Amino acid sequence: MATQTTQASLDQAATVPALAPLSERDRARQTELQRSWRRFRRYRPGLVGLTFILGLFLVAIFAGPIAPHAPNAVQTRLRGDAPTREYPLGNDSVGRDVLSRIIYGTRVALMVGLGATAIAVTIGVVVGATAGYFGGRVDAVLSRVVDALMAFPTLALLITLAAVLGPSLVTVVIAIGTTVWASYARVVRADVLSLRERDYITAARATGAGHARIVVRHMLPNVLGPIIVLASLAVGNIIILESALSFLGLGVQPPAASWGGMLADGRAYIRTYPHIAIAPGIVISLTVLAFNLLGDGLRDAIDPRQRI
Amino acid sequence: MLRYAVVRLLQGIVVIFLVSIATFVIMQLAPGNPVDIMIGEAQVTQEQIDAITRKWGLDRPWYEQYGTWLLNVVQGDFGQSVIRTGVPVREMLLEAAPMTVRLNLLALAVAAMVAVPAGILASVKRNSLFDYASMLGATLGVALPNYWVGLMLIILFSLQLGWLPPFGSESWRGYILPVMVLAVGEMAVLARLTRGAMMEVLGQDYITTARAKGLRYGVVIRRHAVRNALLPVVTILGYRLAFVLSGTIVVETVFAWPGIGRLFIDSVYRLDYQVVQAIVLLLSTIVVLGNLLTDLAYAYVDPRIRYD
Repeated sequence: MATQTTQASLDQAATVPALAPLSERDRARQTELQRSWRRFRRYRPGLVGLTFILGLFLVAIFAGPIAPHAPNAVQTRLRGDAPTREYPLGNDSVGRDVLSRIIYGTRVALMVGLGATAIAVTIGVVVGATAGYFGGRVDAVLSRVVDALMAFPTLALLITLAAVLGPSLVTVVIAIGTTVWASYARVVRADVLSLRERDYITAARATGAGHARIVVRHMLPNVLGPIIVLASLAVGNIIILESALSFLGLGVQPPAASWGGMLADGRAYIRTYPHIAIAPGIVISLTVLAFNLLGDGLRDAIDPRQRI
Repeated sequence: MLRYAVVRLLQGIVVIFLVSIATFVIMQLAPGNPVDIMIGEAQVTQEQIDAITRKWGLDRPWYEQYGTWLLNVVQGDFGQSVIRTGVPVREMLLEAAPMTVRLNLLALAVAAMVAVPAGILASVKRNSLFDYASMLGATLGVALPNYWVGLMLIILFSLQLGWLPPFGSESWRGYILPVMVLAVGEMAVLARLTRGAMMEVLGQDYITTARAKGLRYGVVIRRHAVRNALLPVVTILGYRLAFVLSGTIVVETVFAWPGIGRLFIDSVYRLDYQVVQAIVLLLSTIVVLGNLLTDLAYAYVDPRIRYD
């Protein structure tokens, strides 16, 4: 990696003057966001991931016009039909169009992926910042809670919650969101803990800033980078969790289309109609891959120190 | 060191205690009561219902039920299955556990045998075709939902080629597919870790020194680099227990494997409280103990690490 970095900076050194020499003032005018974007653009796979994800959003929003058939239209005479020109990915065990159901399933995947991530990040930041900032007993108690949560195999906890609360889209989002926040809390806690002793925090306190102001205005902006990176990497993981829950029948309930639920159908009819199980899995894998690549790219762009 | 071990052990006990409370409370939130589930469609009198309620202690407040349960668990008595009336939960666990342990140890061994050499080779031949190919494989491997990999392997090896049974654990051939599925996920993580750890070690001064004093490159890699790089890799395996156990739940369900994972899913579907509680507590305890042992082993093996 060391050689790569040097190579990259050499490339940059070679190309920047050729384009247009930046004056000090121009450089200052570049916001941190612009600089991050420039770094992000250099990592091709990250761009590919981002493009794929933007495409998914378009598919989710315009699922109606894009889908060739209604996702829940049952056509008994087409049960388990192999792909044809009209039904490019074939039909499922009750004769619904697999392609259209995949297109509508995008909505569930993105809603759960983003919704649960938002909940997890919020809880993680609040708990982590509180534990790191106040330290002492508060930290000891919150840290044990975080430890306890991390001790559960995530899926076991999710399955139990989903079964107990009754499976539905909302349950899945809330269950995943309230289960996976512990790792964010750990990161935020460690960062806030190290920021607490900085001079500029003492300075802020000397000017009379209260706890809330110090945490929100002076500390959180400094931990935002790692959080964004972690969050983008988490979305992929959460989409896999959601699909596993739906696969086990404990996620989004039929007839609503979800990728994991389609795979459950594929498993049930694997001997007679094996084609049903193929496409939804490929789509899940590509989506997860895209979010992971986006996360890798963001890590390079936002937090170059964390590069492995 | 001893002080550190004692503190960590006490923390671990607190965490397991918190986990047990959380598990118990979640199960209390379940709709319907176990008496109804036990009776099913049968016609019973109020006296019979009362008798069942008293027998299982379901008429007492939840904290008393929890207290009784915890006391019994500490003595190794996990209660009796509510659904499979009269069968001790401990017996069910003892029957299923070896199947899960055997499956996961085999998978881990396979993963290590492939991933560790691959990671070492990738780091030594940095930026080579092999490096890119194996890291591409690792990136893909993390993105694939394991249960879907299972379905694809069943379609290919059982249904198309007819080489292996799609499920069952009677003969050694039944082990191959589930072991492969579990190994794929771990392989991806292990290969990345090994490569990362090797890269870090290869950048150290003592590697340059060893080369400078005339040692052959192969010897330097084997004696100086690999030995130091594998320590963090081995210890991180301990921290991955929670993920491994999550993975085994779905994979056992796909392959109808008679282990802890499938017992868990079956019990969740039937709301068999005692079994679900026992399994969640068992899995979490294993994770806590695994992490604890990993921490202690790390501190013992690597004298550079000191804890206060």
